[in-house]
Amino acid sequence: MDEHKLRRAFVDALDIEDDNVVDSLEYGTVKEWDSIGHMKLISEIELNFDIMIDTDDVIAMNTFGRAKDIVKKYSDEN
Amino acid sequence: MIEEYFLHRPFSLTASEKGKQFLDRLIVLHRHHSERCSEYRNIYKAFGRQKTLPRDDTDFIPLPVRLFKTLTLKSVNPEDVQKTLTSSGTTSQNVSHIYLDKETSRLQTKVLAHIINDYIGTKRLPMLIIDTEDVIKDRQLFSARGGGILGFSTFGRNHLYLFDSEMNIKVNELKGFCDRFKEQPVLLFGFTFLIWKYFVEVLKANNQSVSLPHGILIHSGGWKKLKDDAVDNETFKTAIRGTTGIQSVYNFYGMVEQLGSIFMECERGFFHTCLFNNIVIRNWKTLKVCQKGEEGIIEVQSVIPWSYPGHVLITEDLGVLIGEDNCECGRKGKYFVVNGRIPVAELRGCSDTFQHTG
Repeated sequence: MDEHKLRRAFVDALDIEDDNVVDSLEYGTVKEWDSIGHMKLISEIELNFDIMIDTDDVIAMNTFGRAKDIVKKYSDEN
Repeated sequence: MIEEYFLHRPFSLTASEKGKQFLDRLIVLHRHHSERCSEYRNIYKAFGRQKTLPRDDTDFIPLPVRLFKTLTLKSVNPEDVQKTLTSSGTTSQNVSHIYLDKETSRLQTKVLAHIINDYIGTKRLPMLIIDTEDVIKDRQLFSARGGGILGFSTFGRNHLYLFDSEMNIKVNELKGFCDRFKEQPVLLFGFTFLIWKYFVEVLKANNQSVSLPHGILIHSGGWKKLKDDAVDNETFKTAIRGTTGIQSVYNFYGMVEQLGSIFMECERGFFHTCLFNNIVIRNWKTLKVCQKGEEGIIEVQSVIPWSYPGHVLITEDLGVLIGEDNCECGRKGKYFVVNGRIPVAELRGCSDTFQHTG
């Protein structure tokens, strides 16, 4: 799993600074990562990694750290 | 533990299997709100009920939904409120305020997903949102209508908003969507009145149709405005089939005060309770529990509300309990119909409050 690529997806989709993208970055704690931002983020990740994420994982992806695990899971399946 | 609920499918437990766990959770919520919300505590006090715990699920004092318009009902510290949801009222009406903390929001999302996945599966589907994107553009003003759309967006991908700012169908985009996804299941979501007025009626008036034979339409928002045009659930479904080819149409009943734990319609046309919610039908004069088949006011119960005391509410809707655990659709739980508003109730509801000016 390309962590750099995932970081870029966060920066681009949420329009936040690269420095803010740390493992503990959490959904709902910055104004950019709200429910609208989250849908943009999911689209961006799916496009860049060529994966399709299930509903449960869309909901579970609430930190950057969790996003790494989830995207890794899907990338391994490919 | 609330997490244990998710081990079961939402419509899989009978009354005896669900009962104790459900009551235990309501009691946990009751204790929490009694401790943290003085208005809630005072209501029980006024009825001399502050010392004893409710005995069963019909023994709670249901809060009238309109109380959320006049009182600030909150059971968490102000700094823990993550967002405030408002019913999309107009200036002439009071607006409900629902205060959500992180845990309540999380549960809303998770419960809704657990219910909807049981209908559409866990794979996200291409999604047509039968509304305008304008309703979600103002992130500060989080209306029930926008909240509903965002909540359901989780189940979709390749989202398309059907209407432009003037509520006109985006004809070319719609055609592109239908051509691209006509061979596979797609999800459509919107509010009943808006779907009827700005989609179905417009297609009919122009003698047009679209083809989404594998579409699944989920809609809500009340029938009050449609009743004037003599549009009921059957008329609605028939018109949807005729204009779009969609066979699977599910209405749901739910309160903005209990977002997440919705009552989904089944293939037999009844609304169903599930693991996360319950209803009690009450005589509208005496508030005594009605028998099966007897019309009364609908009390709605939900395991979700933690940051505000919305776990047991009396609505302004009339309904009838049809049965429990034996619906022909195969789902367990109570099943019921909603017959409309009690006559004195003011106009309210997610899409009902979309009012025309001019």
